[in-house]
Amino acid sequence: MNNETLIPHIGVVNDIRIDTPDVKTFRVVSPEGGKVFEHMPGQCAMLSIPGVGEGMFSITSSPTNKEFMEFSIKKCGCLTTWLHLMDVGQQITIRGPYGNAFPVETELKNKDLLFIAGGIGLAPLRSVINYVRDKRANYGDVQIVYGSRSKQDLVDYDEILSEWMKDDNISVNLTIDNPQDDWDGHVGFVPNYVKELQPSTNKTVLVCGPPIMIKFTLAALKELGFDETQVYTTMELRMKCGVGKCGRCNIGNKYVCKDGPVFRCDELGELPDEY
Amino acid sequence: MLRISLDKLDELFSAISEKQTLYIPADRSDGAAEFQKWCDGMKLSKNLNTVRSAKDFFFPQTENLVDFKLSGKNIEIKDIRSEAEDFVVFGVRACDARSFTILDKVFLSDPVDTYYQNRRMHGTVVTMACTRPSETCFCTAFGIDPTAPEGDAACFSDDKFLYIKANNDKGEAFVSSVSSLFEDGDTAKLDEVQAKTKEILNKLPLAGLSTDSFGGDKLNELFGSDKWAELSESCIGCGTCTFVCPTCQCYDIKDFNTGREIKRFRCWDSCMYSDFTKMAHGNPRLTQLERFRQRFMHKLVYFPANNDGEFGCVGCGRCLSKCPISMNIVKVMKALEVK
Repeated sequence: MNNETLIPHIGVVNDIRIDTPDVKTFRVVSPEGGKVFEHMPGQCAMLSIPGVGEGMFSITSSPTNKEFMEFSIKKCGCLTTWLHLMDVGQQITIRGPYGNAFPVETELKNKDLLFIAGGIGLAPLRSVINYVRDKRANYGDVQIVYGSRSKQDLVDYDEILSEWMKDDNISVNLTIDNPQDDWDGHVGFVPNYVKELQPSTNKTVLVCGPPIMIKFTLAALKELGFDETQVYTTMELRMKCGVGKCGRCNIGNKYVCKDGPVFRCDELGELPDEY
Repeated sequence: MLRISLDKLDELFSAISEKQTLYIPADRSDGAAEFQKWCDGMKLSKNLNTVRSAKDFFFPQTENLVDFKLSGKNIEIKDIRSEAEDFVVFGVRACDARSFTILDKVFLSDPVDTYYQNRRMHGTVVTMACTRPSETCFCTAFGIDPTAPEGDAACFSDDKFLYIKANNDKGEAFVSSVSSLFEDGDTAKLDEVQAKTKEILNKLPLAGLSTDSFGGDKLNELFGSDKWAELSESCIGCGTCTFVCPTCQCYDIKDFNTGREIKRFRCWDSCMYSDFTKMAHGNPRLTQLERFRQRFMHKLVYFPANNDGEFGCVGCGRCLSKCPISMNIVKVMKALEVK
């Protein structure tokens, strides 16, 4: 019989990194080693623990990583709680890749890029950031603005300090919501920080974070003079199939799993405000 | 046209079922019609239509997708799919026949749903022209001619004979497999019946229903209509409309632990339910207004937007007769209609 997308593959969790008090990053390989499938930055995969549930997660590792895929997952529901209880070596099921991707080989090429992330919203952008870092000559300036509730809640903090911040011509601006003793960096919400930083409006912007953060960031960008056609974001809604058939992740006539999750903000603006 | 005396339907059914499983609409003890597996003595229902639509044959209410066996940290995936057996669904009405082409657009588009495709390939749809359309019927609004139904082969009847003609290759194969029971005959009486049916169709209360105000290009104006609040106010979110609907195709995927293995099932779901879009971090459709709007926007706007203008409704009228609060797509269309 033909391949069936609803029948998953086996994935082995061969490394678990504790990122924050409620975010862990899971490294997934196939039982034979290597990646279960290839993807592009921004695409997602359906992960499942049979008997518990199945959910869509963005692939946080870059496709330039040839050894494994990574998923940064926040503990917030039934399935994610189970995932957080796993030990290294546990098998899960995985299917995908699903959805479109950030246009890294077309519209983003040779552009100056501004990444804006809030909390776990860094997960899908990390895939693009590391893709861009690995193909550095294809892109212009890279600026990253990332904020979380506290220093402890910054996902991938070690990688940010030891790799991103050490790269030439990448500027990283971190912020946390409230002051704390071991933090001498910026304090304040991401949208306000973006306004303070006054980024040049010739940049192409990639935004991801909690809905409220996205909403205020888009308003801030508009205020700074950015056009909606310069801004990309990635959406998340409940999904079951991943291929636009189960009928629940639509915004208007667009399915987030198939037509998204990446939308340019002018495209999103044409859709009903139901997300 | 090939025809067979109505007295000889038993012989026809018997001949079909010798070769493959046959399903026909037959009356239950309560008098309502339901597609049932034909067995000796079962009579074709005289009801206009079945309570449930015919979509179960290709998209069953519940189906086992895949099994998992867990041992320690390991998972074994068991592909339990098997080739479906050939079957014939006899007596499908024009509305339900059209619903299959609508479901095809969902399930046979890339990536193909192999569960659906398997049944579709092995099923032969033999339709039956309507002679007594009812006051809940409005298939003609969606360009369906109930006197000339689609399907692989189509049947027509007057008071003495059942006539048959093939609509495609699969239908040809079916007709030739039973043609020895048929004789060639004139259709004078049938033409009379057809003309009379068309007269009835023109006089039906919903005959003038127009789809002009709907379609993919009306997305934002219809979504933003202030009528949704009033229309959805009394909806109790029971989901009956979606379950009897021949084109509703939303589904849920859930696992069941039998104790020995995990069975993953696909089940019909309903956008009318509060947990349909509920996530750990919130729900984009918080009240019945949003859920109600979704169902009708999907059929009248989103589906045509994605499928060359084809609407996601076939006018079978099941939701009109089954909704406990007497709300339905016709009332919605009339309320939103731009005159």
